[in-house]
Amino acid sequence: MATEAADHGVGGPSPLEQFEIKRLVDIDFGFDASITNSSIFMMVAVVGVTIFMVVGMRGGALVPGRWQSLAEMSYEFVAGMLRDNVGSAGRRYFPFVFTLFMFILFCNLIGMIPYTFTVTSHIVVTFALAAVVFIGVTVIGFIRNGIGFLKLFVPSGVPIFLLPLLVLIEFISYLTRPISLSVRLFANMMAGHTMLKVFGGFVVSLGIVGGWAPLAFVVALTGLEILIAFLQAYVFAILTCIYLNDAFHVHH
Amino acid sequence: MEADAAKLIGAGLATIALAGVGVGIGNIFGSFVSGALRNPAAAPKVFGNVLLGFALTEAIALFALVIAMLLLFVF
Repeated sequence: MATEAADHGVGGPSPLEQFEIKRLVDIDFGFDASITNSSIFMMVAVVGVTIFMVVGMRGGALVPGRWQSLAEMSYEFVAGMLRDNVGSAGRRYFPFVFTLFMFILFCNLIGMIPYTFTVTSHIVVTFALAAVVFIGVTVIGFIRNGIGFLKLFVPSGVPIFLLPLLVLIEFISYLTRPISLSVRLFANMMAGHTMLKVFGGFVVSLGIVGGWAPLAFVVALTGLEILIAFLQAYVFAILTCIYLNDAFHVHH
Repeated sequence: MEADAAKLIGAGLATIALAGVGVGIGNIFGSFVSGALRNPAAAPKVFGNVLLGFALTEAIALFALVIAMLLLFVF
């Protein structure tokens, strides 16, 4: 993908070059399990979250310091989100949603550091996360409600002759959930980083005279991207909560 | 060569989707501001929903971006 873009490009490297996955350590178990720059940054994110939570809560002080209150705030944020959207039944799934939120947040934020790799800018990664949510919600829904989970597809209070069409639409919209969930995160990350690179290219090509305007724009965009990095992690987590709510309370 | 030209035209046409998204995002924040001016006390409570709506609407624009990327690099 990147080489094709370089053929099209007019001067300078392609803005898509930053998404290239490079194999660093070759490992082959009959399938390709090499350590790439992508998997390195996933590990960095996991280690980062672990350090953030474990070291932050190590003191366990009654009056928290700065670090501890950040850790408590992130816990309270996700717990409140789950409480508002799913209710008390959702408490069991708090660890899952919290892990999801923190992993995506750290991947997005680490990607904002120059010369790093944004793990979530690849659809494989986000689709795997979304597929876990989708399959998990479907399985939980069928376990808790049995065959009654299918009532999710039957909206109440519609004329009987419209029902087949609406059930079909509801079913299709249910099936597109993992796609929209994953494409939203991936496209936001990819578009943002491509845009930063494109405007960075403007700074270089306009030089010392005209480069200040795009430079100011890049600075503003970086702020926006940090907001988006948080917002997309939030949206992913809150949609997971909303989907979980469907599995617990099937009244349409 | 003609296929290449058609690709570029198609990718360009895919950006028309931005018109609809512009309307959508403007609508979200416009409604938020007018609602917030009527009832400033309630404004902080709905701001989370505003951001959620913004992110959802913006994602629709990015679907168009994905289409443009597919046209340019996959076909």
